[in-house]
Amino acid sequence: MTRTEPNRSSKSESENSGGGGGGTTAMRVIVPLQGVVQGRGGLFLGSVIPCAFFYFLQFYLKRNRKNEPDSGEPIPNPDSDSASPDPTRSQSVGNLTELASLPRSLSRILLSPRLSGGAASVSGRASCVIKGGDSPYHVGQKRVEEDPYDESGNPDGVIELGSAHTTKMDWVSEDPGEAISDGLCMSGIASYEPCHGLIELKTAVAGFMSEATKNSVSFDPSQLVLTSGAASAIEILSFCLADSGNAFLVPTPCSPGYDRDVKWRTGVDLIHVPCRSADNFNISMLVLDRGFYLAKKRGVKIRGVIISNPWNPTGTLLTRENLYALLDFARERNIHIISNEVFAGSVHEEGGEFVSMAEIVDTEENVDRERVHIIYDLSKDLSFPGLRTAAIYSFNESVLSASRKLTTLSPVSSPTQHLLISAISSPKFVQRFVKTNRERLMRVYTELVKGLKELGIECTRSSGGFFCWVDMRGFMSSYSEKGEIELWNKLLNIGKINVIPGSCCHCIEPGWFRLCFSNLSETDVPVVMNRIRKVCETCKS
Amino acid sequence: MRLIVPLQGVVQGRGGLFVGSLIPCCLFYFLQLYLKRRRSPPPPPPDSDSTELPRTSSRSSLFTRGNSIGRVRVSSRAAPLAKPPDSPYYIGLERVKTDPYDRVSNRDGIIQLGLAESTLCFDLLQRWMSDNLMESLMIQSDVDGGFDVSSIAMYQPFEGLLEVRVAFADFMSRIMGGNVSFDPSNMVITAGGTPAVEVLAFCLADHGNAFLIPSPYYPGFDRDIKFRTGIELIPVHCRSSDNFTVTVSALEQSLNQARKRGSKVSGILFSNPSNPVGNILSRETLHAILSFAQEKNIHVISDEIFAGSVYGDKEFVSLAEVAASGDFDKSRVHIIYGLSKDLSLPGFRTGVIYSFHEDVVSAAKKLMRFCSMPVPVQRILISLLSDTRFIEEYMAAHKQRIRDKHFLFVEGLKQLGIPCAESGGGLYCWVDMSSLLTSYSQKGELELFEKLLSVAKINATPGTACYCIEPGWFRCCFTALADEDIPVIMERIKLLAESSTS
Repeated sequence: MTRTEPNRSSKSESENSGGGGGGTTAMRVIVPLQGVVQGRGGLFLGSVIPCAFFYFLQFYLKRNRKNEPDSGEPIPNPDSDSASPDPTRSQSVGNLTELASLPRSLSRILLSPRLSGGAASVSGRASCVIKGGDSPYHVGQKRVEEDPYDESGNPDGVIELGSAHTTKMDWVSEDPGEAISDGLCMSGIASYEPCHGLIELKTAVAGFMSEATKNSVSFDPSQLVLTSGAASAIEILSFCLADSGNAFLVPTPCSPGYDRDVKWRTGVDLIHVPCRSADNFNISMLVLDRGFYLAKKRGVKIRGVIISNPWNPTGTLLTRENLYALLDFARERNIHIISNEVFAGSVHEEGGEFVSMAEIVDTEENVDRERVHIIYDLSKDLSFPGLRTAAIYSFNESVLSASRKLTTLSPVSSPTQHLLISAISSPKFVQRFVKTNRERLMRVYTELVKGLKELGIECTRSSGGFFCWVDMRGFMSSYSEKGEIELWNKLLNIGKINVIPGSCCHCIEPGWFRLCFSNLSETDVPVVMNRIRKVCETCKS
Repeated sequence: MRLIVPLQGVVQGRGGLFVGSLIPCCLFYFLQLYLKRRRSPPPPPPDSDSTELPRTSSRSSLFTRGNSIGRVRVSSRAAPLAKPPDSPYYIGLERVKTDPYDRVSNRDGIIQLGLAESTLCFDLLQRWMSDNLMESLMIQSDVDGGFDVSSIAMYQPFEGLLEVRVAFADFMSRIMGGNVSFDPSNMVITAGGTPAVEVLAFCLADHGNAFLIPSPYYPGFDRDIKFRTGIELIPVHCRSSDNFTVTVSALEQSLNQARKRGSKVSGILFSNPSNPVGNILSRETLHAILSFAQEKNIHVISDEIFAGSVYGDKEFVSLAEVAASGDFDKSRVHIIYGLSKDLSLPGFRTGVIYSFHEDVVSAAKKLMRFCSMPVPVQRILISLLSDTRFIEEYMAAHKQRIRDKHFLFVEGLKQLGIPCAESGGGLYCWVDMSSLLTSYSQKGELELFEKLLSVAKINATPGTACYCIEPGWFRCCFTALADEDIPVIMERIKLLAESSTS
């Protein structure tokens, strides 16, 4: 690679271009696009290409301008317009185009719109949102909605193992009257209240989060911002941390929801950093580094890295060393860390130690704390998805104050706030709830893993969260994404269970599936196993 | 044949060929130079793992801890958000929070006239809540007759339960005069009017497009629409001589000017009854706006959140009714509604998007993952809205009480010689304080705003915040006031007027 010093070259360029690009051979000539057209002919090509580009650009702009339905009516007062001079288009250009296009646009208007009116179109970004409905994730969900399994009512229905729709909530049913009526008194629910959460609720949530992390760290209520659901929490953070066109690094397999939460409205891109089964899907800084460089090479600005802990979908817990390494990585690259800890309260492994990112940065300096943002979901850990309440916990004052304002766009309603305050204010209740929840998850998980093992199916060790990450590579007809989708189709249509294929989680190795067990009770496990067995048999025969 | 070179338009005439080729070459050169400069020290080729490994570790040990590394930055679009607000609307709201007026404990505090909320019918709501709240949440389970917690706790469709959409459809057609029926399948329930506006804006326009909006308009739109969607709002100025009613010729002029400037106009957004003026658009005006939109092939968004707070003689007509009446292309008509104002339930954060465009409905449904209404709230609303006897009683009382309060407030101002614009709906009135201005300009108006806030201790929203071109107008919300507060306000304004004239 010949890399010329920019300082030296700028001088020679100005001389040369002034002379019209004569053939000076002794001194090296630098022309535009030199890097691309290195070598012989560089001078010529380097001049022609940009010229051609510019020509096409101008051509394109001209075309587009004509296409716009320029109103045929005489412009009411052209003088008034010159009062606000337009820097981009000179007067002469304006005149020229008008002259050329006026008669044509008139006739076109008469020919087309007006009467037929043409249907009003939606925005381009909305059509992207509409189109997104044909991934296995959505197809599966739809099938479950149409034909849901019910032990007594519809024993042949599709069992939902795709996403967490927990049905086992003990807390409200124990004492519904008290929990709800305590919270809903009229004075509280009807007036405008801070969208980002009442201070009572924030205190209660901070307490709950501490409890979920086994009191290893205490959370400061003033650093909390409440939003309506984890999806909007992630969206608000993406909006605050990255501009449109920037990107986040996401180690994969990752939660399938990020594609929607991050990309849809904020214009932020995701760069997937693949982790492999050989490493047990653990993230290594080496791959992150490589992802960062590749993105940088492509000219994409990386603003942060999104991790989840416990990991969704594998259920692994990040170790203290992992987290320190991540922090070092983020510090070195000067980027943010979004730590998605929505399953913090659902660590079900005996002795499994969950370490929150908040604990890691607790001892760090301010500069480092400011790059850490944590997402916490109350509806997940409370098994109350209908509540739709999540929290952003950040150490960055600017992010907090921007998020607070943005919560008017995804607010938590007062009845919900009061309901939650009464539910989680009592530490005794919280302790008991977290404990029962853990035990229940552990029982179902153990049953499930045992059942799968009997069928000869392995899965990665899951220590937290609602999922296990199942290896069904052996049952694919071909080792490819196509084989995976085929197997997924069989599971859905023959086995009547809805799972999430690895491709939805952007896993690069085919044949892995995410299985959500929080919807199941222990008695359901044999039913699921029977159905999987049925599919496995068709695969082998 | 004429030769076309790059930048032909700019360098018309002699020398065009030469200069037109030279300029782009130079620009490209500088671009390349700039990019080269910006590129940080060349990254080690990531492929050679074995050689890279020791280097990275040494670098990190050099770099980390203690070494001065710049603070991590937030995105450039969040940065302006993090700063304190500069619109007088938000400044006023913040100031009230620091020192709110209270009839008993803080008689010198700032009186809030800036927030459109109503406490007029709290007694009725209170009664209903204490009678029915528990029942509405305690859905009996089919199986054992016990409390079925899954009815409120489970994930439900993001766009709202079917029952709640049916209840909303009935309620809306009732308060909008009964001449129009709403189809629950065209409806999406959101967590508040604000998200409803944003989601709709997102669906109808792309980044950089614009909406025409008759001004003065509700100052919150600036934040709700522009912040995240990147849509521009182009005010279409209305004048006091027309009682601030928008005309098609004004719309046309703004549209042409916007197109000349190169911005693409995707729609017209207006509130009816208008916020902040409180006037109601006539059937003819709506008809004219709709035909205009059809002619220009743009969308129409009507914010009808005050539809049930109409107290004047003039009849309220929903845009949905007008769209259904003629042979219009309905797919361009979108309506926003919510219960914060008409049912005085701002804490519930309820909003509705009603659209005739299939794609808009389906996109909005998907976007509801960011702002869906919690299920317990939906349950309460289902029973509240289906209780027709209560709703009838409530709406009648609501209108009567606004009418009375409006009369008191306007009458008080009249005695001070301060006129108001004619209004027939909303929780506010549009007050002409130009007689109190020291200078007839925007600066004079902001001075008066500051004086009202710090001397008279009244927070009213100045016209500047609403993009009104005539200085001296203020929006005053009167529905959160008690009758005995009104003389206090009048006294304060009177003192201010006297001090400024002397």
